[in-house]
Order: sequence, then structure tokens, then C-alpha cells
Amino acid sequence: MAQLNINSRVANTDAEADTPLLWVLRDHLGLTGTKYGCGVAQCGACTVHVDGAALRSCVVPVSAIPATAKVVTIEGLGDTRLKVVQQAWAELDVSQCGYCQPGMIMAAAALLAQNSKPSEDEIRDGITNICRCGTYPRVLAAVQLAARRLADRSAA
Amino acid sequence: MNKTFDTPAALTPAGSSRRRFLQRAAVTSGAFTLGFNIPASDAAADPAGGTATEVNAWVVVHADDRVMIRIARAEMGQGTLTGLAQLVAEELECDWARVGFELVKPGVNRSRNRIWRDMGTGGSRGIRGSHDYVRQAGAAARSMLVQAAAARWGARAAACTVERGVITHVPSGRTLRYGQVASAANKLPVPADLALKNPKDWKIAGTSVKRIDTADKLDGSLVYGMDFRLPGMLVALPKACPVHGGKLVSFDAKAVATLPGVRQVLRVDDETVAVVADTLWRAKKALDALPVVWDEGPSARVSSASIAAQFRGGLTGDTPFVGNRAGDARAVLSKARRVIEADYGTPFQNHAPMEPLAATVRWTRERCDVWAPTQVAEQALDTVASAAGLPATACEVHPMRIGGSFGRRLATDYLAMAVRIARQVPDTPIKMMWTREEDMAQGRFHPVTQCRLRASLDGAGQLEALHMRISGQSITAYVRPAAMTANGDPFIFQGLIPDSAEGHFAYAVPNLLIDHAMHNPHIRPGYWRGVNTNQNAIYSECFMDEVAHAAGQDPYEFRRRHMAASPKHLAVLDAVAKRAGWGTPAAPGVFRGIAQFMGFGSYTAAVAEVSVVDGQLRVLRIVAATDPGHVVNPQQVEAQVAGSFAYGLSAALFGECTVKDGRIEQKNFDTYNVVRLRDMPKVEVIVMPSGGFWGGVGEPTIAVAAPAVLNAVFAATGKRVRNLPLKNTDLAKA
Repeated sequence: MAQLNINSRVANTDAEADTPLLWVLRDHLGLTGTKYGCGVAQCGACTVHVDGAALRSCVVPVSAIPATAKVVTIEGLGDTRLKVVQQAWAELDVSQCGYCQPGMIMAAAALLAQNSKPSEDEIRDGITNICRCGTYPRVLAAVQLAARRLADRSAA
Repeated sequence: MNKTFDTPAALTPAGSSRRRFLQRAAVTSGAFTLGFNIPASDAAADPAGGTATEVNAWVVVHADDRVMIRIARAEMGQGTLTGLAQLVAEELECDWARVGFELVKPGVNRSRNRIWRDMGTGGSRGIRGSHDYVRQAGAAARSMLVQAAAARWGARAAACTVERGVITHVPSGRTLRYGQVASAANKLPVPADLALKNPKDWKIAGTSVKRIDTADKLDGSLVYGMDFRLPGMLVALPKACPVHGGKLVSFDAKAVATLPGVRQVLRVDDETVAVVADTLWRAKKALDALPVVWDEGPSARVSSASIAAQFRGGLTGDTPFVGNRAGDARAVLSKARRVIEADYGTPFQNHAPMEPLAATVRWTRERCDVWAPTQVAEQALDTVASAAGLPATACEVHPMRIGGSFGRRLATDYLAMAVRIARQVPDTPIKMMWTREEDMAQGRFHPVTQCRLRASLDGAGQLEALHMRISGQSITAYVRPAAMTANGDPFIFQGLIPDSAEGHFAYAVPNLLIDHAMHNPHIRPGYWRGVNTNQNAIYSECFMDEVAHAAGQDPYEFRRRHMAASPKHLAVLDAVAKRAGWGTPAAPGVFRGIAQFMGFGSYTAAVAEVSVVDGQLRVLRIVAATDPGHVVNPQQVEAQVAGSFAYGLSAALFGECTVKDGRIEQKNFDTYNVVRLRDMPKVEVIVMPSGGFWGGVGEPTIAVAAPAVLNAVFAATGKRVRNLPLKNTDLAKA
């Protein structure tokens, strides 16, 4: 039985130790906002935050997540940065099919936490998630918009 | 709606027992399912079920004036859902800010005599195939609502106006809202053949409103097929013979029977085994450990090289199947002093949508329900009924919004598979999921073809003769054999035929022959975004570049000189050339390529700007133009065009599915790489609807992605890359 801290709540799971965090979230805890896309850490649809950093949850066994680590999923509303990113996404109508977007948004929020004023190149290198619909131009614009918004907030 | 996630009841509060956790989880998932995911078209059709009233089949009005527009076509990211709602709302004159949607179910469509008509969503037909009758539906609903209001006032409908869902009796100034008269309107006959607005008077359609299906994509609450849950549900993971057409001989269920969570190991069909377990990961571990014996059959000897060798035989000799002919190209070429000749080839591609295939089935002796994404809901219902061994009237497919599809879910193979599994686990909901690896192995692949092009020029440097011989696979022969003609697959010539509203060849060539020699390898083909326009545009547009170069002419000007009879093709070509600054110097180290093509009823062109430094290709900028006749949402057209370049460039730069020992070699995105943000060029889109026709949007522009880039690569390096993807060519070598 593993104990996890997910979206500021304690969760217990009977999943086997080698079960990837992704499948614990989805199958054991019912948090399906974190998506399966590849299972080999290529596409980033499964991106969550662990102690603030982006993590591809499909290749990390649940046993590698300490009970003290703070896991935040796309459902973890309340994070201001995450909300600002989601708002930027909505304003620019970024999503097409939407399947990759929770992972994309989690990656963007983590990038902005690390680097509040990323250059275009830093965004292009920092977000390596796959979107088959090709929302990339608007992803780029939304990250830039969110960065400006967050800067305005901290200046205010 | 999304209460589950605001207060995550699925998470165990600290200290509570596992038993209690499981109970809570089950309750939560049940409530979640019933409250959130099942499309409400049935419930809303029943006025007793709530305060919503169906005015007509397409329009449901709530007492609080919210308007639900029924959507029969599939939404897989392409934006058709919002576009159709705009068209209905435009005629309905409702308040756009209060518009929502409901997805139509095929069983209900059928029981109501196909009142929502064709639900199929492919060939970029979502809007252009239904704009007229959905606008009629909106106009009819408006007329009924106004009549109902007029009747209440004892006034004439002609004395009433309506704006944003508020009906005004002009002489008296009295008003009624749609929500107040919907139930009275429901009892009126549905008028037909109403006059529709001139598109130039549109206020909602034709404008860049935001999509209406976005909010639940941003917080993770949208339930895709992969995410769907029912109480007591089990998960099934299938594995089919990796050699298409091979057979499942046996499997050793006992070897995995005691692994955690495993409930059943079963034969799905002649070529597929599946593990049923309580979670995906437990099913996967058992499937990976399951000993399976396949009979791979004779196709196990096939390789990419053997397919290519077979196709090369089709590049020469006679074929009876001609798509376009003028004069006598063969005779002229046989006498020409100089023949320009080139062979091209394009590989298999996988759709690789981000959401792998999934379907949830509940089969009982009496009934079969399937919750699944599909592009062809009505065929899906037939597939389900057949696999379920039940009449279609005892089945339903509950369509879902799709996590990308690009043509993959035009096939219904995965639905039959899911039902065959569930039938062996009666009364238990089964969610069948495919791993990415299964999706890569069992795709419906964009077919592999080759092309030999031969041309000669007259004394004035104009094309005198052109022979384009395509050799390779037909999608139609596998998917729709009934649509084959005696000589071959007419669909193979997409965009290359004369005088077609769907897509015709732009260039006037006095001696022209475009023909096809069919060879069908065992790899199962399917419709992949852009379908045959992809390779047809590469072949014709790259070769036009080659011929222009041979003629010593500018490739843009050379094209123009053959397009006098194709003004709409010419208009988009001119538009991209002008915007990109064709004929003016590019920045140092930047090189341009140009291409045009027509497909799915729309005219498209692009200029690509690239750099090649130390053999490293970078696609920097795309200027693209499309004339789809009418545009319902310019910003969504822009999004589709940009997206089509991401998809087309993925194939041009990286994508190929190769065959070894009869099976597809690529297993995942690490070996089937696709364009990411780092690779994505700036895309400038010129949307230039000229009116008078309705063309498609989702697919047409993909055709010009690869040829524009390939022609730019030639400009940069002097190297003609004739076999895709580009990653296989070392651009550093001269």
C-alpha cells in the first residue's frame, strides 16, 4: 500500500509497486485528466508536477514517489500559475482535439515556474510534448501570453 | 458539472480504510459517468425529463434560454462542431453566448428516420456536406419560435422581429424570450425550404468566434473514450498478429492466470488475443507475459524492399487504368530529343492520434451499448450489431469527442474487437484499450506508392508532354471494394483528374497521361489526413519544379504559364508568392519553395522558407493560402491550416513505417518521430474564400506542405529529395 500526496490530499493505493504513477492516477484514483499517449515518456500527455517540476508519469513507478512528494495533476486547480496558463489557453483558443492539452498545460506551467521570462527558443526547447493536431503556434503564443500575465501580477 | 474534481472524492481521506475508499471510488465513478458523460440527446428529446424542449431535431431550447444545438458529425479537433453550431445559430438568431451542444447517437438517428442525415465525418465534409440543411434547421426553428410568440400575442409573425433569442412584436413593443415559447413552438409543424441568409449578412457564421467545446479540455474533465468508466468495469487489452493477415494459433492462459487482477484471457477473433483485468497496468503485464503462438503466414517474408521492388515493376509497361489523358504523351515522349525523368516514392504512415483506440462495451443477451469515439457512427452501429449478434435496434453507439483521429476511426475494426471481447464477459462493462505499440502495429496505414514522371518541353519552354505513372497501393481496394471500377481505383487520382469540383489538375499540357498500376501489399491501408492528395501533390509539384529548372525558368512563373485555364488555382498561388515576397531576395541562408494543389473542393498553395546548415534542415516559415469558397470561422480555418502543416511536415521530415518480416517495425514515437514545437515553422495563413462553392478545410492544405518544403530544400542544396522522409537523406553531402 503506497501513500501519496495528490493535489494536497492524501491518497492510498493498493497498486503494485511497479505501477506507473500515470496508471495509479487514472485507474486507482480516478483522475483521468492525466492522459496516456505513449507509455515511454515521448509525448508528455501524462505530465504532472512533482514538487513543482514537470514529470512524465507514465514511466515513473509509484514506488519512486515518496509520500511526502507533492503531486499536482491537471485537476489540481488552486495553483495560480496553472490557472493563468489555462486562461491564456482559453483566450487564444489553443485546443483542437484537446487530448494532449492537459499535459501541454502542465508542461507550460512548470516551465514558467522555472523561468518566468522564457525566450521563444527556451519555450520551443522546454516544451517537447507532442500534439498531433498541430496546435504548436498557439501553444507558443499562449505560453508567452501567460508569462506576460504572470509578470504583470507579480509587478502589481 | 465537474464537481468530482473540485472536491476529489475519489481520493481517500487520510486514515480511511481501503474498503471505504473503494466504495467511494465506485460511487464517484458511477455518478461521474451518469452525470457527465452520456450525451443528453435522449433526455433532452423528452420534455418530461427536464425543462429543455426540442423545437426541432437540431435545436433544443431550455427554459433559461440556453440553446443546445445537436451535432451529428464527429468532432476530433477539427472544429466542425463549433462551425455547425455557428451555422445553425446564424439562422436561429439565438444568443451565441448561450449556445451549447449535444452529440447525436446513431441509433436515435436511425429510429427517427435519419433526421440528422449523414453522420460520417471524413473527406473534409463536416461543414461542406451539411451546411445547407443545418442552416435550414436553424431557420425552421426560428420560424417556429416566432410563430409561437405571435400566436400568444394574437399577432402576425410578419409583425415580429427576433434578435439574440428575444422576439419583439414591433407594433406593441412586447417581447418574449425563446425559452418562454419553446414548448409552444415544439407543437408547430416544421417548415421546409425557408430562404437562407446571404453569407455576406452573417453575424455569427463567418466570424472568428471561439470554439464552444474548449473548457473541459483545459482542466482535464473531458472524458475521452480512453477515460470512460462504468461501475464494475474491467479493462481489456488486445494483441493481434503483428503480421497483418496472420492467425492466432494458441496462447497459454494458465501462465498468466494467477497474476494480480487478471480475470480472463480470451480469443477475440482469428488473429487476436486479449487479456481482461481490473486495471490497465495489470492487463498489460499479463499480456506482455502471455505466451502466444502465431501463424504469420506467407506475408511474414515481405519487407519494405520487397514491396518497393514489386512497385518498381509497375513504373513501366502498360496499364489499363487512366485518370487523365490529353493528346498522346507516350508518342511525343518517345520522339522527344530531351526527356526529363524522375522517380519518386512515399512510405507508409500511421495516423498516430494522441488518443489511442479505445471503446467501452456493455453486452447482455438483450442489448449492447458502446461508448466510443468514431468518425462513422452509423457504420459503427452496424459493426457493433453484427459483432454483438443482436439487431441494431437493440444496440447503441454513444459517440464521444475524439482525441485526434485523422482518418483512423473511419475504420470500425476496433469496435468489432471490443464487442467480441465483451460478449465473452457478459453483463460486465469492458473498456478495451490499445497500447501505443498496438496502435503502431495495427494501424490502417497511409498507403505506399511510387511514381515515375517523364516530360518534354516545346521550343518555347512549355510542357509539351507529361506522363505520370503511379505504381502502388489502393485504399479503396481494401476498404471499399464495391467502389472499384473494372480497371482500378478512381480515388487514386485525387487532384489529378480533369474538371472535378473535388480537385482537378491545374496545368494545361497538350499531351498528358496520368495512369496507375495497382499493387496491394498485405499491410492494411486507410484514409490518412489528405489521403491521396499527399503523394499526388509531392509527385506533380516537385516534378513541376524539376521541369521548370530544366527549362531554365523560375518555378513560380513556369507554373503560371500553364495555369491560364485554372484561375482559382492561380489566385492562391499568386497570393502566397506575393505574401512571401517571391522574386525578392530572402534573408541570407534562407531559401524558398512553392507548390499548389487542389483537394477536397478547395484550392491551396504554399511557399516554404527553409535553411540548411551543415546538413541540418530547418523549416522556418510557411505562407499558405486556401480558397474554400465559404468560411464559417476564419480563426478555426487558420488553426486547421497550421495544424495540417504540422501533420504534413511530420510525414515529410520524419515519418515512415517500414516493413520487416511482414510487420511494421516502428513501435512508438521514439521510432516514429513527429513534429514538435521545436520543429514547427511560423505559419502565415491567407484565407481567401471566393464564394460560390463549399470546399473542405481540415485536409486540403496538407497536400502542399511536403512539396513546398522539398522544393525549398532543392533551392537550398541543389539536391532533389525524391524519397521521403527527408531524414533518410544526408543533406550535408553534395
